[in-house]
Amino acid sequence: MSGASGHGVGGRAAIVGAGSTEFSQQAGRSETRLATEAILGALADAGLSVADVDGLVSYTIDPVEETELVRGLGIPQIRWSSRVPYGGGGSQGVLLHAAAAVAAGAADTVVAYRAVKARSGNRFGAARAGIPPSSSHSGTTAGQWAAPYGVLTPASWLSLNATRYMHRFGVTSEDFGRAVVQLRAYAATNPAARFFGRPITLADHQASRWIAEPAIRLFDCCQETDGAVAFVITGRERAADARAPVTIAAAASAALLGQEIATDHYSPDLSVMDGSAALARLLFDHGDIKRTDVDVALIYDAFSPILFMQLEGLGFCRPGEARDFIADGNLGPGGSLPCNTNGGLIGEGYIHGLNLTLEAVRQLRGTAANQLADVRTVLVSASRTGVLLTR
Amino acid sequence: MSAPALRPAPAVTEDNLFFWEAARDGRLVAQRCRSCGLLRHPPRTACPACQSLDTEIAELSGAGEIYSYSLLWHPRSPRFDYPVIAVLVDLAEGIRVLSNLVGAEPGDVRIGRPVTVEFAPCEGDLALPVFRLTGDAA
Repeated sequence: MSGASGHGVGGRAAIVGAGSTEFSQQAGRSETRLATEAILGALADAGLSVADVDGLVSYTIDPVEETELVRGLGIPQIRWSSRVPYGGGGSQGVLLHAAAAVAAGAADTVVAYRAVKARSGNRFGAARAGIPPSSSHSGTTAGQWAAPYGVLTPASWLSLNATRYMHRFGVTSEDFGRAVVQLRAYAATNPAARFFGRPITLADHQASRWIAEPAIRLFDCCQETDGAVAFVITGRERAADARAPVTIAAAASAALLGQEIATDHYSPDLSVMDGSAALARLLFDHGDIKRTDVDVALIYDAFSPILFMQLEGLGFCRPGEARDFIADGNLGPGGSLPCNTNGGLIGEGYIHGLNLTLEAVRQLRGTAANQLADVRTVLVSASRTGVLLTR
Repeated sequence: MSAPALRPAPAVTEDNLFFWEAARDGRLVAQRCRSCGLLRHPPRTACPACQSLDTEIAELSGAGEIYSYSLLWHPRSPRFDYPVIAVLVDLAEGIRVLSNLVGAEPGDVRIGRPVTVEFAPCEGDLALPVFRLTGDAA
């Protein structure tokens, strides 16, 4: 295995199995059932059995209860479990937790999972007027300051940051649209994607209705999705026997003092993502992997503006330059940083960020729908958590 | 067009009760650290700069300018009129609040425009700080 960063948990754990359900708008079964299917798929992919599993990790807001999973799957004994806050921003934290657990010996074989019915169940984008002061341990209470004002949805929360970003750098909705056109082009050739076979033009993007003007149109939004994704993570020694291990070369989480979750409105300068910059320092400053080594980037695109802001925060462009970087085609299959090659959350679907990790594994194994040549290093960024994966 | 319904009540907690009681009385307030003087919003249990628990409630001028905004068109809750004009206001005292711009058309809202606070009744016999444009429309 290559790419060990020598820092923290870097290089000490690997993804040895990946599984998922289909992505749909109507799963027709419970989140617990979806998680069970994805986990069984990941274990089969790893060549392991439920008896090997001794650790579990998911998101704090995942509805699947550990005990139900253990009893449904027949896992004899769990030694370690954990949950990660920060919603989708924390999505890559499940790999950090899992890697830390196996590196420390707290568990030998960890299952990381996320199951959602974000479309047919509790819709993520719904305008619900009564947001409680604490949101199921998502990591914040800031929603209480937005809800009475009708600022009720993730798109509305993020749009306030995005408007400031546009104002500072002269970025337009058309600029965002150029990124979406690329994402939809990738999705159009990915059979697992919601928008398989449905590419769009910039004119289509500009004709889609305003969700939150002037930053977010309908086509700038990720697609609420039903489904589940799961991974099996083991330590480096055990992973050496696996069929197609993917090394967790670096895993990091950066939660800064000024940051909030979603309603992240209180840092001094909302036109930059300080958290992404801090994340990039943790990922890149301690190992031998450089930004230029990244063959494919999977960047959390719940809404197109945060793709721009992360590209800048992570250091792939300077502040305000993502617009030109994208217009020049750099996110495409022939660009300098092919990005969200599954179509992203906007084009493929929204398993709360963990389907980006699944695409990273596919690209490293050579099994992606839009497979690129000779992929050795993949970045997954969810703005405040991220991983570098290698083969 | 019918009169807008009352806005929903905020979620009142032990940590934010002072803010909503003041708003009900027509005052915009924030926590201020008695040890180092730092103003903070949203409310926190201690001062993030010096960790002092000794906090007083400071009266704010209610004057500020629009730091950012968004016209919210979809999805729609029956509880609000659309587009909702959401604004982030940088107050003169150096803290930021999320609110609505009232008495303005969507085309009037721009970053940097000066605003001042007023109070809109909401459910629960409470009131929400909201903002109105001040000065020239230019």
